[in-house]
Amino acid sequence: MRRVLIVGATSPLARYMAHEFAQQGDTLFLAGRDVEELERVASDVRIRFGAPVYTGRFDALAIEEHEAFLQGVVQAMGGLDGVVWVAGTMDGLEEALHHPLALKRLIDVNFTGAASLLTLAARVMEEQGRGFIAGVSSVAGDRGRAQNYPYGSAKGGFSLFLQGLRNRLSKKGVQVTTIKPGFVDTRMTWGRDKLPFLASPQRVARESVQAILRGKDVAYVPAVWWLVMLIIRAIPERVFKKMNI
Amino acid sequence: MERLDRYLAFDPETGVVRCEGGVSLADILRSFLPRGWFLPVTPGTKFCTVGACVACDVHGKNHHHDGSFGNFARQITLLLPSGETVCCSREQNADLFFATVGGMGLTGVILEVELQLRRVETAYIVVDYVRTGNLEETLQTFHEKDAHYPYSVAWLDCVASGRGFGKGVLMFGRHAAPDRLPIKSRHNPFTVTPKRTKSVPFDLPDFVLNPVSLRAFNSVYYRFHPSREGVVTDYDTYFYPLDSILQWNRAYGKRGFVQWQCVLPYENGVQNLVRILETAQKHRTYPFLSVLKRMGEPSGGLLSFPMPGYTLALDFPVRDGLFEVLDQLDRIVIEAGGRLYLAKDARMSAETFHATYPQLPRWQAIKAQVDPKGLLQSDLARRLRMMEVLK
Repeated sequence: MRRVLIVGATSPLARYMAHEFAQQGDTLFLAGRDVEELERVASDVRIRFGAPVYTGRFDALAIEEHEAFLQGVVQAMGGLDGVVWVAGTMDGLEEALHHPLALKRLIDVNFTGAASLLTLAARVMEEQGRGFIAGVSSVAGDRGRAQNYPYGSAKGGFSLFLQGLRNRLSKKGVQVTTIKPGFVDTRMTWGRDKLPFLASPQRVARESVQAILRGKDVAYVPAVWWLVMLIIRAIPERVFKKMNI
Repeated sequence: MERLDRYLAFDPETGVVRCEGGVSLADILRSFLPRGWFLPVTPGTKFCTVGACVACDVHGKNHHHDGSFGNFARQITLLLPSGETVCCSREQNADLFFATVGGMGLTGVILEVELQLRRVETAYIVVDYVRTGNLEETLQTFHEKDAHYPYSVAWLDCVASGRGFGKGVLMFGRHAAPDRLPIKSRHNPFTVTPKRTKSVPFDLPDFVLNPVSLRAFNSVYYRFHPSREGVVTDYDTYFYPLDSILQWNRAYGKRGFVQWQCVLPYENGVQNLVRILETAQKHRTYPFLSVLKRMGEPSGGLLSFPMPGYTLALDFPVRDGLFEVLDQLDRIVIEAGGRLYLAKDARMSAETFHATYPQLPRWQAIKAQVDPKGLLQSDLARRLRMMEVLK
């Protein structure tokens, strides 16, 4: 039985990841901004799996509150065996192409907030010498593209952050997993037609939790994205800058 | 709607569950059957949502005994077209409740339902099969045995004519007590070995279902179901035989099939049943599947289908001339004072609908109240002109 904190737990992906953990008898702490919605997700997990589920408000942007928040989580569950960061946003992407404040918000949520909480989580894990940290980054962070680089650069930064954290903590018995989903059928992709390899959040959640529990370092979900991104990364910049993908 | 699928509350003492409208029946069975709770009413598939079951006020093999799904919906939370969220039940906003049960989703989005589940001791059904030789015997058996079983249904051989006209197989069932199970299942009375699902990989060509193959299928089915008592069957096989064949509709070919389901009041019910079956046979329109059942008391839903009488469901492969024959069958239903099931309907006329749903004006008044601008529409509502007064 593990005690797992899931951040950004109102998203479908996080919710189904909670199902995967709860199914195995884990205790969960679900965190996010919308407390009412969190409670609905929590009651569902409790009723479905009989799992103990705690909830608490968490705002990625309120960095000064992160330390107290994490203390509260550890206290509520009586310990902490894993942290999964799922929070993220693409809202304001268009605006962020031209306006620094919108850009700052995207980076603050997707990178700074994530790095802040996971730095604190790393402290707890390092001290106890075990546990896991998993971050849901994105294939968008693998290469800068004209359409979404404000989001992509934040996710790319997050991937590098996780990589460094892994490098540091692997000697301390703490596992760090980077999860890179492709297109997931959620609000983020809603209304965009004909997206390749579009996967259900259930499937992405199942494969993500599998990757975490198997101790993977980096997991593309679904796995086909490993190949897709291998090809996309291999395109020379000279050619790539003229492409429209 | 299938993302709106969370359980919000469950009382293990009373078996009352409050869930969002997108929770599927399969989901409820998966979550609650292992704890000894079954669906109070279930249609022939578990791949449908609780919200849809309320909106269509669906019925199952236990209608004569327990009524329809709406009877077990204790409370409904609706998102009205105005954007307002309201709760309704038999006590609170009762008008809206009865306009929503069977209201085909036209009063608002069903956000939440509080549903009374049924306590069971096992996941198994004990079935008694009775094979009958003709329609008279089929109906006679129904009358004699129906009251003693919560579940009953008859499969009819609709191809047989002459002496064997209306022959069939009646299936009476009740939830099995643990001591009825095979020894090895008694320790896990709620565990059913998952069936391997098969799938129809492509549309079968139209000629596969023809009068000859339909006749052959019907007589094989009849032959393989002799009268037998006390057959222990898992709930999945008993309630959802078609769910194990994914995309079974492809068997009907590219043009597909239509289901035509009517209910006929008991008064002159037998004559009217005979007229319907004979009319179909006369035009050589044979259904692939014909199911007959007796219905009990209605739930009070203003547009609910069930009424006391016989309900006959016929699945026809679509062929040239089918729709003309179905129009003739509709006329018999109108004359009989019966009606057609909206959940299954794909082709009846607005006139037929208006003539057979006497509570429509009351429903329309409530619909106009909650949706004065007519924002919530559907293809069905437009075809049947559900919000209009026919001249």
